[in-house]
Amino acid sequence: MTVRKNQANLTSAEKRRFVDALLELKRSGRYDMFVTTHNAFIMSDTDNGDRVGHRSPSFLPWHRRFLIQFEQALQAVDPDVALPYWDWTVDRSPTSSLWAADFLGGTGRSRDGQVSDGAFAVTASKWPVSVRVDGRGFLRRALGSGGQQLPTRAEVDSVLAMPTYDTAPWNSASDGFRNHLEGWRGVNLHNRVHVWVGGQMATGVSPNDPVFWLHHAFIDRLWAQWQARHPGSTYLPATGTPNVVDLNDVMRPWNDVTPADMLDHTRHYTYDTAA
Amino acid sequence: MSQLTRRRALGASATALAGLALTGFARTDEPSGPPTAGHSNREAHSPHSSGHTRPQPQPFDESFKGRRIQGAPSHHGGHHGVGYSVRIDGEELHVMQNADGTWISVVNHYETFATPRAVARAAVIELQGSQLEPLL
Repeated sequence: MTVRKNQANLTSAEKRRFVDALLELKRSGRYDMFVTTHNAFIMSDTDNGDRVGHRSPSFLPWHRRFLIQFEQALQAVDPDVALPYWDWTVDRSPTSSLWAADFLGGTGRSRDGQVSDGAFAVTASKWPVSVRVDGRGFLRRALGSGGQQLPTRAEVDSVLAMPTYDTAPWNSASDGFRNHLEGWRGVNLHNRVHVWVGGQMATGVSPNDPVFWLHHAFIDRLWAQWQARHPGSTYLPATGTPNVVDLNDVMRPWNDVTPADMLDHTRHYTYDTAA
Repeated sequence: MSQLTRRRALGASATALAGLALTGFARTDEPSGPPTAGHSNREAHSPHSSGHTRPQPQPFDESFKGRRIQGAPSHHGGHHGVGYSVRIDGEELHVMQNADGTWISVVNHYETFATPRAVARAAVIELQGSQLEPLL
């Protein structure tokens, strides 16, 4: 069974195997297919039209399924690899071990944002940024450069306290847990972390930065924590909602999985500590 | 408001603007073709939508940090029917309007801005001189 661990607790060997599996997916071309899929959804998910991956109730089950598929691709390279998660309420500095050269590498240099150390630096020649929105083919970051801070645990707890999963109009204007976690409303958790990292992470092609997976693994874990805190609450809406994935509707692009199928993560993986 | 109502309103606005020769650019097969120049002083001619739709953002055409940024209602609905198109040095920037009226773009997709002009300026800063790739 796959156990997803806090990235801060990984051994050197676990970090190396995770990085090596990422590099192999990139080399084979499979990695970029995930970037392409994500960008296609983020550009087509609209508040007043069909919305599946973002700004909608299915933001959480869609990304859970997306991460499972990605983790399975990693495990096809190295069966012992699992996706780690980044608890940015604790590891909230550009000097965290997450950003060391033996793991994801650090922030970008000031001139052009180019990441210059670690396996994903352009100088290592193993991480071309091919699915992109502009001409720059190198990984960029600007950790915390906007002057804002990563969310605090208290801010996370304020969102986990919300008992209702999601509310009409089921988009970026909604009240409820999902939209506050996604960040379009309120203290802003998920969106703010993308902006804090900067570079490709702030764009529609955000999976170009491997930290995408660690960020979303933590968002996914927060969903599990919310479920544990609110056992009487569940995914909404239940049925008959235009443009929105109801509990038992299938989700694109897979068309064979519903939000209901994704509610229990323990069928697919567990976490290193209880939710 | 319903999507249909909003799209109708946007379409009507774009048509009215076309009549005034104010539309910047419908999507064309010439991705680098510049929109009609010289309308940056016409912002007073705002399309007035009916009372229950939000005002259409004004066209703009300016130089910002050495880049030409332009925005205008799009008769063909822009990318994914947003009804408004933004270009940087002639290349379309994918933009999207949120339910609360704020805007995002494909290069700042997790941060909202009040107007298409603000999202274009933010993109110029983010691009650091790099050219946009054609839309996927």
